[in-house]
Amino acid sequence: MNSATLFGLCSAALVGLGLFGLIVRPEPLRKILAFNLLGSGVFLFFGVVARRGAAAGLGADPVPQALVITGIVVSFSATALAVALVLRLRKLTDEVTSGLGAASKAQEDGDHS
Amino acid sequence: MTIPFAFDIGTAMLLIAVGGWMMVAQGTMVAVIIFVVYGLLMAIAWVRLSAVDVALTEAAIGSGITGMLLLSAAARLRQTEVTSTLPSFPIRLLSGVLCAAITSGLAVVVLLPADVAPTLAPMAMANLPETGLGNPVAGVLFAFRALDTLLEKVVLLLALLGVWSLAPDRLWGGVPALDSYAPPNDILVFFAQVLPPFGIVFAIYMTWTGASNPGGAFQGGTVLAVMWLLVMMAGVVRAPPISCLRLRWLLVAGPVLFLMVGLAGFALAAGFLAYPAGYAKPLIVVVEIGLALSIGATLGLLAAGPPERNHQP
Amino acid sequence: MSTTITTTASGYLLVLAIMWPVAGIMLSFVTSGRGVERLACVVLPVGFGIAVAVLIAVAQGGQSQIYVVGDWAPPLGIALRADGISAAMMLTTAIVMCATGLFAQGEFSQPSDLPEARSPVVFWVLLFAIWSGLNALVLGSDLFNLYVALELLTFAAVPLVCLKGQKETIEAALRYMLFALIGSVLYLLGAAMIYGAYGTLDIGLLSERVRPDPATLIAASLMTVGLLAKTALFPLHLWLPPAHAGAPAPGSALLSALVVKGSFFLIVRIWFDAMPGLLSFAAAQLLAALGAAAILVGGALALRQKRLKLLIAYSTIAQIGYLFFIFPLAAGLTAGIAWSGIAWTGGWLQLFSHALSKAAMFMAAGLIAEALGHDRIAELGGIGRRLPITMLAFGLSGLSLVGVPPSGGFVAKSLLLMATVMEGQWWWATVIIVGGLLAGGYIFMVLGRLLGSSATPLASLAPVSMRRELAALSLAICAVLLGFLPLRSSDFLQIGR
Repeated sequence: MNSATLFGLCSAALVGLGLFGLIVRPEPLRKILAFNLLGSGVFLFFGVVARRGAAAGLGADPVPQALVITGIVVSFSATALAVALVLRLRKLTDEVTSGLGAASKAQEDGDHS
Repeated sequence: MTIPFAFDIGTAMLLIAVGGWMMVAQGTMVAVIIFVVYGLLMAIAWVRLSAVDVALTEAAIGSGITGMLLLSAAARLRQTEVTSTLPSFPIRLLSGVLCAAITSGLAVVVLLPADVAPTLAPMAMANLPETGLGNPVAGVLFAFRALDTLLEKVVLLLALLGVWSLAPDRLWGGVPALDSYAPPNDILVFFAQVLPPFGIVFAIYMTWTGASNPGGAFQGGTVLAVMWLLVMMAGVVRAPPISCLRLRWLLVAGPVLFLMVGLAGFALAAGFLAYPAGYAKPLIVVVEIGLALSIGATLGLLAAGPPERNHQP
Repeated sequence: MSTTITTTASGYLLVLAIMWPVAGIMLSFVTSGRGVERLACVVLPVGFGIAVAVLIAVAQGGQSQIYVVGDWAPPLGIALRADGISAAMMLTTAIVMCATGLFAQGEFSQPSDLPEARSPVVFWVLLFAIWSGLNALVLGSDLFNLYVALELLTFAAVPLVCLKGQKETIEAALRYMLFALIGSVLYLLGAAMIYGAYGTLDIGLLSERVRPDPATLIAASLMTVGLLAKTALFPLHLWLPPAHAGAPAPGSALLSALVVKGSFFLIVRIWFDAMPGLLSFAAAQLLAALGAAAILVGGALALRQKRLKLLIAYSTIAQIGYLFFIFPLAAGLTAGIAWSGIAWTGGWLQLFSHALSKAAMFMAAGLIAEALGHDRIAELGGIGRRLPITMLAFGLSGLSLVGVPPSGGFVAKSLLLMATVMEGQWWWATVIIVGGLLAGGYIFMVLGRLLGSSATPLASLAPVSMRRELAALSLAICAVLLGFLPLRSSDFLQIGR
């Protein structure tokens, strides 16, 4: 057992945990958190692959590292878009349930500054 | 057992424990705070895997700006938090079995590695001199696999457009309302006045050094984004209206520059996204500076959310 | 077998195919007001020209066109590759894109002297993004580059679903987003395993190195499951109906005709190109069984819909099912078995004809909803007489979906049927026939209403532009004409394999 294998098993556990949370947790924001956990598990697996590919004087294969950097940025974009959807959905739900009229609605999200 | 290995065992166990805690914690706000801690632990794991570039990215994006985004979302949702019910037991059981199967599958793959781990490290190092760069990860991002990096910039722009598209029609072109979820207070204003100069210098250094050392446009851009968010939240600087043409140019400047350098390769070098011999490093550094600015603006606006009030000049 | 990958003469066209719409996206950000729409008038025809040029280059060369990006050959770098199916897919995409653009002009126009409006800017940028994402997806030959292309497609498709901004569409977009994200992550995990096992992500190199060990099979299964969620194959279809029905009509057309096909294309790439021969008989049967279930469940649910757009969305679920018969029936393609070639042609024809006819159908439904102000099937009575061109577009595309001759759908389904018989897998033949009957049921139910007597006074109809009706009709005609292609041209679909 070396460190790479250790973190590899860790990534396997994180992937399982994240996927479970993503399927089971009902609240949208918790699903987004679970998605981030799942994603980080997958990235960690890339890290293990990189570490095992240490060669040519490098501590880790640079190619999977670069892929992870790209992946983290994409994952952040996904989180931001999903969060914006959740917030917008909540706002529209609140407007429906509290029965706000069109005028006060406009005031609420338009003109208060 | 050596001390570093014991440290790794501790980190791995903590990661699993903190990750599990994040899934079961009561209250979304608590879970988000755990997430930030988790991100920092993950950055340590990346250092232990000899991937310092990734560790910096994870700390800056994975934990830092994602944490800011989720914290503000949790704060906004808190007043109206409704208790939703978990799915029925058979569904939970089935999902549990499925996830356990995937975990075991992954564990099998981890425990049965190839006799000789395949790697592109020697090939990357052999070709690195041609790019003039010292950091092989930057070489992969901006030379060998530059197409991924370019397309990923487009993904970022699209995500921002997607976020903006959630604004009501009448607010298109308006201003994201940042202060509504972090009411300005003295401490925030103090930090917003003191931190940015250091942050900007750090971001410039990070972008500049990325060519030869860990760091680069992604990490530098993220630091810029965090600084910008800070001053906008504190009310020191006003958030720009999304219709502002200068802002739009700032968003696309880096990707446009990258695309133009790429296309110039058709005429001046061996093809699309190839650099003329001898000019690779200066071109890459210029592209990285442009990208750092655009990434900073894009990430900041992604975290700021859709416009929520009309622009009043 | 060649080991070094080099750029071919027309390879630069592949770069243009991806980067041309990307340039459109970037410029859209800095052209305000009506500029974006004018930009579309340039991007669309030139993009169409690029697709035609790629098709000609592949057909004349008789082999794949390749571009090695940055002159860094795989495994270190990334190559783009256009074979027969990618070129055909690109042309289909270009046709649907141009017709959709023609259809959307007017619906998504900037008001001339007002400040920039939201939906026109967003719509046109998303259209460019779907185009570049799809081109990147069919031209990519690197598993991670394909991941970025998949994400490009997802990030373009999700905002399109909720462009109208009502609560229901945002709910649908969020659900779609979660399915799509799980799908991408599972795909990415599989790609990581592949890199860990073979040290390359290039599909061409993988096909030479791949071996049937547990790690490879686990990786390929994870990638496939992830992509199935994005393709909305039964039982992962739940997100599709609200998402596709909730988008504005031209958006629905793009989503149903093209976006779900992107991830399907990638599944074919994995099993036929990256790992030829690794798909076991049982696994191929399982994929086809899911497809069969999709045909039956989707068709049955479509019959029970009260709203026209939802009916069309459920029909998409059913029509996607047919595509998965390609896995058991064309399995012998590399071995040169004749009927595998027939199934291969049938499967791709099904994809292209569905793309054309489903886009036409969503446009027709959009026009009907616009004229009436609703799309309740029970109250459609007689609208067909007022909108004869729209009615014709709906009818022709419906015939292709059912598989009535002469149409692309007919040729596709009869080729698949022929292959089931020759392959000795008659059980799929019954599903194809029952699926055709179900499709006939829901299409003729709607057509009956359209032609029936009017229940409500039709005087209050909103006017509908003739240009938009013709855009829908031209796609439906293309779907029919696909049935007249000489079968010899099916050799084109095997170029590069």
